[in-house]
Amino acid sequence: MRRDAYESWGRYPRHRPALVWRLWGSSERLPPLREGMTVLARGYGRSYGDSCLNEGGLLLDTRGLNRVVAFEPERGILRCEAGVSLAQVLSLIVPHGYFLPVTPGTRWVSLGGAVANDVHGKNHHRAGSFGCHVRAFEVVRSTGERFVCTPTQHGELFRATIGGLGLTGLLTWVELQLRPVETAWMRVEIIPFEHVRDFFRLSQESDEAWEYTVAWVDVTARGRQLGRGIFWRGNHARRGEAPARLPSQSQGLSLPLEAPSWMLNPWSARALNALYYRLQRWRSGPKLMPYERFFYPLDGLRNWNRLYGRRGFLQYQCVFPPREAESAVEEMIGRVAAARATALLGVLKRFGEIPSPGMLSFPRPGTTLAVDLALEGKRTWHLLEELDELVRQTGGALYPAKDARMPPEMFAASFPQWRAFCAYCDPAFSSSFWRRVTAGMLSCGAS
Amino acid sequence: MRRVLIIGATSAIAQAVGRLYAVPGTRFFLVGRTAEKLQAVVTEYQARGATVVGTHLWDAQRWAEAIELVEQARERLQKFDVVLIAHGNLPEQQQLWHDLTQTLEQFHINATSIIALLTALVPVMEQQQQGVIGVLSSVAGERGRMQMAVYGAAKAAVTAFAAGVRGYLTPFGVRLITIKPGYVDTPMTAHLPKNPLFASPERVARRIYRALERGGPDILYVPWWWRLLMAGVRLVPERLFKHLRI
Repeated sequence: MRRDAYESWGRYPRHRPALVWRLWGSSERLPPLREGMTVLARGYGRSYGDSCLNEGGLLLDTRGLNRVVAFEPERGILRCEAGVSLAQVLSLIVPHGYFLPVTPGTRWVSLGGAVANDVHGKNHHRAGSFGCHVRAFEVVRSTGERFVCTPTQHGELFRATIGGLGLTGLLTWVELQLRPVETAWMRVEIIPFEHVRDFFRLSQESDEAWEYTVAWVDVTARGRQLGRGIFWRGNHARRGEAPARLPSQSQGLSLPLEAPSWMLNPWSARALNALYYRLQRWRSGPKLMPYERFFYPLDGLRNWNRLYGRRGFLQYQCVFPPREAESAVEEMIGRVAAARATALLGVLKRFGEIPSPGMLSFPRPGTTLAVDLALEGKRTWHLLEELDELVRQTGGALYPAKDARMPPEMFAASFPQWRAFCAYCDPAFSSSFWRRVTAGMLSCGAS
Repeated sequence: MRRVLIIGATSAIAQAVGRLYAVPGTRFFLVGRTAEKLQAVVTEYQARGATVVGTHLWDAQRWAEAIELVEQARERLQKFDVVLIAHGNLPEQQQLWHDLTQTLEQFHINATSIIALLTALVPVMEQQQQGVIGVLSSVAGERGRMQMAVYGAAKAAVTAFAAGVRGYLTPFGVRLITIKPGYVDTPMTAHLPKNPLFASPERVARRIYRALERGGPDILYVPWWWRLLMAGVRLVPERLFKHLRI
């Protein structure tokens, strides 16, 4: 791949690695490292900020680690090399009547990345985070040592690596417990709501009977429309409720070029949000849809990150603890709307109580809100500092996989266990993100 | 049920094509050079539910063994629905200018061995009167150039010979597709600086799979725009071309 293609999903910041090394097999050795050279594994670059970047260091491109190692269709256990994407996993397992136990909003991420960020999905209230379903993986350290980790074997390294942002070494393969499904279809209900309050009510009501719940919220609407949104809830359709055939796979469209930056501005963003709200309200009600349409609506437009143009964009994702959640979410949406930011996508999800296995895992009880924001210079930074303050006051946390700018204090407040985590970092592994959030905090091996 | 013979099965492109064939019901016979890498491919295809009826370790330098190899594969598979010849090596031409042994060796790996394989396949395909052969050539064979003198010459030989075999096999209902990829992002090109012309092995594989399964042009450029690009390159007069340091 082109070297400048090694950007993050938000296309900010644009940090270049000094060197890129492609791995083609899980038994390969790591390249010899020059003294002081840092290294970071990277898959498809779907992290929004700089956790998948390593300025001036070595990037290990893991997309060549793309083999299935073992699949037991009877027990639903799958072992794949770490560069295999969730899309590749799904195309293998769905015909066998299995599904991912947890999936994020895009299937173009690698298994290694899913582990390293301990990703979550719309079923967090039922299934916990991705790491809860990982049975084993192999970590290769910069010394060349290889550790097969399970919850009981090298358990500490196992817990450090889940959500460990790739800092504990290179993941070469991952073994997962899959979830059986009867069909490849989803039974879905789309429910518009007028106010964030209704979101909390709908979540409360739905979490019992629905495996997947999530809401889109219009973060640009002001006044009486403040906090309106669309609530989605879904279950895997059972045999008899859906056609037996698999839904046809569409390649979708691709945004071939970067849009000019002026195209997305506060006004057009507001109009698009309003349009989307109306469209979904009109579509509301029960539906039967292929799993791709339910889980991965944005995968239908490849390279959609180019919509934001040259300047790039940020995603701000935080979680508020249960007690403060309702007021904090309302407050945050209010601030984003009042700032008239160019915001396209607001996503709300209530996390459940299942503890995440990783030391640095982001998912925790509470409600998470994610907002995509075009980078518009100072205005944007100011708004985000305000939001930081809100998150800190409520005892919330920010999500590293989405971050390109949190100050070290915010990181430390979000992950108080981070110093304990440092003991498991590989001395050579580091990322732009890690150096940024640990700057001046200590001399942790990797910084 | 598909019976698939892949030669050079550990090459990135072949692996990706094979992956598309690796579904329950497919039987593979896989040929590769290194045991460990070949085993990884076998394991993967089996995990995907396909059957691997046999493997064979073969170094294309031993091109004379092509006949035995085809015999062996035929014994295991009975017949060939799909044959993919994908092995090859991209040498650094710079190091070959003063080395005749190496130069000929590279030519044998990239051309003689493929001519031998195709020749060994002809009677089999002629007899079974069915099936499709995909041969990996390259756009590099369209015009000789300094930095790829041997590789280009070998691929030109492959393209020409494959066209001949196609002509011979067509009346027997056997298809032969000459596949001409441009730059593909694989271990073979790992030492080349990357540019926007590079394509991913998966993309190339999908195109090849489609051509093998559903038919398509006899000469397949992947991505398709290499056809135009190379048409342009062929038009440059040699008087100028010889001065280009490419």
